[in-house]
Amino acid sequence: MRRLIGLQELAGPAVLVVVTGLLGLTVSASTQTYFIDSLVNVSIVVALFVFIGNSGVLSFGHISFVAAGAWTAGVLSVPVAEKAAIMPDLVHFLRETTVGNIPSLALAALVGGLCAMLVALPLMRLSGLAAGIATLGVLEITHNLLQYENRIGPGLNTFSSVPETTGLRQAAIGALLVIGAAYAYGRSRFGRLLRATRDDAPAARAVGVSVYRQRLVAFGLSGLLAGFAGGLYIHLLPLQAGGLYLDLTFITLAMLVIGGANSLWGAVVGALAVSALDSVLAEAESGLSVFGRTIDLHAGTRVVVEGVLMALVLIVRPSGLTGGREFRLPRLRQRATTLDPGPAGSA
Amino acid sequence: MIGAFNIDWQTLADATALGAIYALMAVGIGLVFGVLRLVNFAYGQLIMAGAFALAVASERNWPLWAAIVLCFVVVLTLSMLLNRLVFRPLRGQSPAVMLVATFAVAFLLQNVALLKFGALGKIATSLTFLNRPVDIGGVEIRKITIVAIVVAAVSLAALHLLLERTTIGLHMRAASMDFDTARLLGVRADRVIGVAVLLSGVLAAIVAVMLTVQTPLVTSDFALHDTIIVLAGVVLGGMNRPIPATLGGFAIGFASGLLGGALPTTQSQYLPTFLFAAVILVLLVRPGGLFDRTASAERV
Repeated sequence: MRRLIGLQELAGPAVLVVVTGLLGLTVSASTQTYFIDSLVNVSIVVALFVFIGNSGVLSFGHISFVAAGAWTAGVLSVPVAEKAAIMPDLVHFLRETTVGNIPSLALAALVGGLCAMLVALPLMRLSGLAAGIATLGVLEITHNLLQYENRIGPGLNTFSSVPETTGLRQAAIGALLVIGAAYAYGRSRFGRLLRATRDDAPAARAVGVSVYRQRLVAFGLSGLLAGFAGGLYIHLLPLQAGGLYLDLTFITLAMLVIGGANSLWGAVVGALAVSALDSVLAEAESGLSVFGRTIDLHAGTRVVVEGVLMALVLIVRPSGLTGGREFRLPRLRQRATTLDPGPAGSA
Repeated sequence: MIGAFNIDWQTLADATALGAIYALMAVGIGLVFGVLRLVNFAYGQLIMAGAFALAVASERNWPLWAAIVLCFVVVLTLSMLLNRLVFRPLRGQSPAVMLVATFAVAFLLQNVALLKFGALGKIATSLTFLNRPVDIGGVEIRKITIVAIVVAAVSLAALHLLLERTTIGLHMRAASMDFDTARLLGVRADRVIGVAVLLSGVLAAIVAVMLTVQTPLVTSDFALHDTIIVLAGVVLGGMNRPIPATLGGFAIGFASGLLGGALPTTQSQYLPTFLFAAVILVLLVRPGGLFDRTASAERV
C-alpha cells in the first residue's frame, strides 16, 4: 500500500507529461513546437527542483549548467564539414569531433554534472544570500565566457546546423527520464536526508547528517539533469548558448515557485502551466481566434501579462499552485490514512 | 604600483565615481533589506524608470529642474506602489518567494519599458554637459566624476544623520536589528517600512540622474547589470548593516572601474568573469562579508 502511494508521486507527473506529448500529436506542426518547448521546460524545471526543492536553498546558477549542456551537445553535433564556417577559431580537438544524437545528450549531461560538482565543491559551504549571490556569479561567468570565447564555440552567433532531433518523442522521453531520476533521488536515502536538512537543519545535524555532503550530491545530480535538458534544448532549435541567461533563469525559477517548489508534482505542473500560458499568449500576439472573435495583442504584451500573473500567484498563493504537495489520488489518500496514519499524512 | 597596472589618475577618479554611485545603490538595497528582509531585485528597474523619465523630459526640451523633478516623481511613485502592491502582501513570506516576486516585478517593469519605448531606447541629453572634462593639476577629470563623488558623499552623510539623530531613524535601526521586538516596543511597522522604501527610492532617483550622464542611451535593461554587481557588492560587504553594505558597494564599483581601466582592450570583454570570480573567492574566504569581524555567518 505504501509503495503504491509512493508510486503515485511518480505516476502523476509522468502521466501529465505523456498526456502533453499525446496532445501535441493532434495539433499542427507549428503548434507542436509549443508542446515540445514545454516538455523541455519540464526537464529544466525538474532539474532545478532536485536541488532547490529538496534543499530549500535558492540557486541562480543552474542555467549555467543548462548552457554548459547546450554548448556541449551543440559544439559536438555540428557536422565536421560545417564547423570551419560557423566556428573558425575552434580549438583543434573540438574541430575534429562530431558525435550522434544520443551520445551528445549523454555528454551534455556529463559536462553539466561535472561543472556542477566543480562549482559545488567550494560553494556548497556557503548558505543563504551568500550562496545565492555566488551562484549568480557562476551564471555571470558562464554567460560571459560562452558569449565571447570564440575558441570553444560560435560566441555571439547561434549554433546553426545542429541536427534538430528534439521532436515530440525525444522531448517527452527526456522529460520522463528527468522526472524518473528526480523521483528516484527523492525516494533515496540521499533525498530524504537532504529534505531533513531543509525542514530542520539543527535536528538533521544532531543525528549526524552532513548538510554539505547532501547538498553536494543534490547539486551534482541537478547539474547533470540540467545539462541533459540543455542538450535537449539545443537539439530543438539553433540557440546561442551564451543567450541562456537571466531571462531563462527568471522564467524557470518562476515556473518552479508558481507550481510549488517543494514537490516534483509542483515542478511539473508549474512548468506546464506557465508554458501553456506562454504559448497561448504568444499565439495571441500573432492573432488568435477564440469562439469566432479574434484576439490580437500587441507584440510584447505576453511578457507583461506573465509578469503580472506571476506576481499575483505569489501574493495570493505563495506556496504555489500545488501547495508544494506531491500528487495523490483523492481516494487512495483517504484509505491510506485509515490504514497507516503516519507517513501518508505528511506532505 | 599604479604604473605597473597601467592605471592613471583619470581611471582612479572614474573608479571612485563608479564606486560612489554603486555605494548609493547598495544603501538603497540595504535599507529595504534591513526592515523587510527582502532583496529587491527590481531596484535596477526603478533606476531605469527614472532614467526614462529624464530621457522623455529631455526629448520634450523640458528645463533641467523639471526633468529632475519628473525623475523623482516617477521613481518615488513607483517605489510606493511597489511597497503597497507587492512588498506588503508578501511580508513574512519565505525569502525565496519574496525574491522571486521582485524578480517578477523586475521582469515586468523591464518589459513594460520595452513595450513603451522600443528596443532602441531613448537618449537623455539634458545633463550631458557634465561629461566635459576639467583640468585639475594637469589631470583631466570629467565633471560628472566630481559631481558623483560629492553628491554621494552628501547623500550618505544626510542619511547617516537621519538614521542616527531622528526618531524615525532610531526606529529603522531598531527594526532592522529585530523587527518583532521593535514592534512590541511601539515601532509602527508600516511607517518604518514606508520610510525605508521612500528613502531607497530617493537614492534610486539620484542614481538614475547620475547614471544617465555616464550612459545617456536609456534602454529597457538600463542599470540591470549594475544592480547585479551591486547586489554582489552588498553581500560582500555584509547585508545586515548599512555601513558595511555601503563599503561593499563602493568596493565593487571601485574594483570594477579599476579592472575596466587596467585590462588590455583584448580582455576587457572578460571583465564580468574576473569580477565575479573575485566575488566568489572573497565569499569563500569570508562568507559573512568583508567587513564582518564576528564571522558569525551561517556555514555548512
